[in-house]
Amino acid sequence: MTQRLKARFGDAFREASLDRKQAIVTIALEQLREISRYCRDEEKFDMLVDLTAVDWPKREKRFDVVLNLYSFAKNERLRLKAHAGETEPAPSVCEIWPAANWMERECYDMFGIVFEGHPNLTRILLPDEWQGHPLRKDYDILKQDTDWVRENLGIESGQ
Amino acid sequence: MIKTISGMDSVNTTVLGADEIILNMGPQHPSTHGVLRVKLKLDGERVAGSECIIGYLHRGVEKIAEHRSYQQFAPYVDRMDYVAAVSNGLGYCEAVEKLLGTEAPPRARVVRTILTELQRIASHLLWLGTHALDIGALTPVFYCFREREEILKIFEKYCGARLTTHAFRIGGLQYETYDGFEEDTKRFCNDFSKKIDEYETLLTENRIWVGRTKGVGILNAADAIALGVTGPVLRASGVKWDLRKAQPYAAYDQYEFDIPTRETGDTYDRYVVRMEEMRQSRRICLQAVENIPTGPIMARIGKVLKPPPGEVYHSIEAPKGELGYYIVSDGTTQPYRVRVRPPSFINLQAFDKMAKGSLIADVVAIIGTIDIVLGEVDR
Repeated sequence: MTQRLKARFGDAFREASLDRKQAIVTIALEQLREISRYCRDEEKFDMLVDLTAVDWPKREKRFDVVLNLYSFAKNERLRLKAHAGETEPAPSVCEIWPAANWMERECYDMFGIVFEGHPNLTRILLPDEWQGHPLRKDYDILKQDTDWVRENLGIESGQ
Repeated sequence: MIKTISGMDSVNTTVLGADEIILNMGPQHPSTHGVLRVKLKLDGERVAGSECIIGYLHRGVEKIAEHRSYQQFAPYVDRMDYVAAVSNGLGYCEAVEKLLGTEAPPRARVVRTILTELQRIASHLLWLGTHALDIGALTPVFYCFREREEILKIFEKYCGARLTTHAFRIGGLQYETYDGFEEDTKRFCNDFSKKIDEYETLLTENRIWVGRTKGVGILNAADAIALGVTGPVLRASGVKWDLRKAQPYAAYDQYEFDIPTRETGDTYDRYVVRMEEMRQSRRICLQAVENIPTGPIMARIGKVLKPPPGEVYHSIEAPKGELGYYIVSDGTTQPYRVRVRPPSFINLQAFDKMAKGSLIADVVAIIGTIDIVLGEVDR
């Protein structure tokens, strides 16, 4: 299947690997929508199981947008990964899999990745007026705790 | 200060029809199964659009995971779907075992299967009790909790806790099954089929129940797959798919059981599917308890876990749907990223589709039938 993907999307295809017997394909971010459509229609990956992100702050393009797909017909899973920079918007796959709606909102909420074409990109788990994106690696919860305790209680936090 | 309220492409308060109002089913509500806020756009009593606002129980579990070691994170996992804690633990432990490249020994796998199936029965019993209570049937909840009490007693004898059990460890089990575990399970399973029949006599043919649930909240199969819905909701919409059969884990490939499926995908179908699932779980328990293999209960993995860098996605069929764990390791004792794929969160997305055009009373039935647990929705 990687041969077909490579043949179809040659330049957008970055690499394919197997990690612990699970297929991972890394692609370019701009082609995410086209490749997703191809995966859904031709390769029959009809369910988007999960859409999430991982933060690698030391890398130039810090975010890894990860899509886990599942095909009922073939009983196979596939992971699509795309690298996204800090301010780079990612194409939304909501029209291909409506399941992506809330998952992309959560990615935006937790990481700050903007999804272009999303009908309603607002914070979902945190209150609307929250500042910051918690799951980024530079969002230090330990520091927040010690600072707050020092300021408000005047002692050293035990964390 | 006017906050523009824009909803999930169906609630748009800047454009309200002449007869439409916005009704808030606030986070404190006896029927929303936790802190769920639903904004309903009503045309008379019909729902013209809705928006679910969640996040009232968000505890930042995924962020905490990055600061704990793999074993330290295991108790946090129970608290997500607190109704079915054992399944959460199973998913997490199996995911980390996959990451480490080991497997639990056969005895541990079988005992895990038994406990997980008992937990599935307990979760469905709680669902049935509260769902019936929301719709107005006041009796089933007492019966369901009576049965659930038996299961929780077994859990308590096994691992000391009833609700947030932390029953499994990475690599197997910590505790050996107590003397009398097989007898207790057999006794429970033997009594249980009569009890399910009791619940069925109360509800299945009941005119009021059928009237309140048939045709309510219909979700067809194509929509269900597109929206990523899994679990009993998907099976009631006609897709015969269960992760325990499709991609077996623990000891499920050794046992015979059926996958209940229905056609229409309305609330009544979801009820029938879950009742039948309880019977099938009982069947699995009886088969499993007949011959639990002897042997060690813990794999040899050492105290300090440092999985080689990489990532894994492992999912199980939790009572609510497909519960998945995507764990990224960077080679240290703490995971780099733990992502939990919460079935309730993703199933709740389908709420809007199911609730459009129904009455307010049906909204309560639909929230109940999706079987959400806010701890899992918000994590």
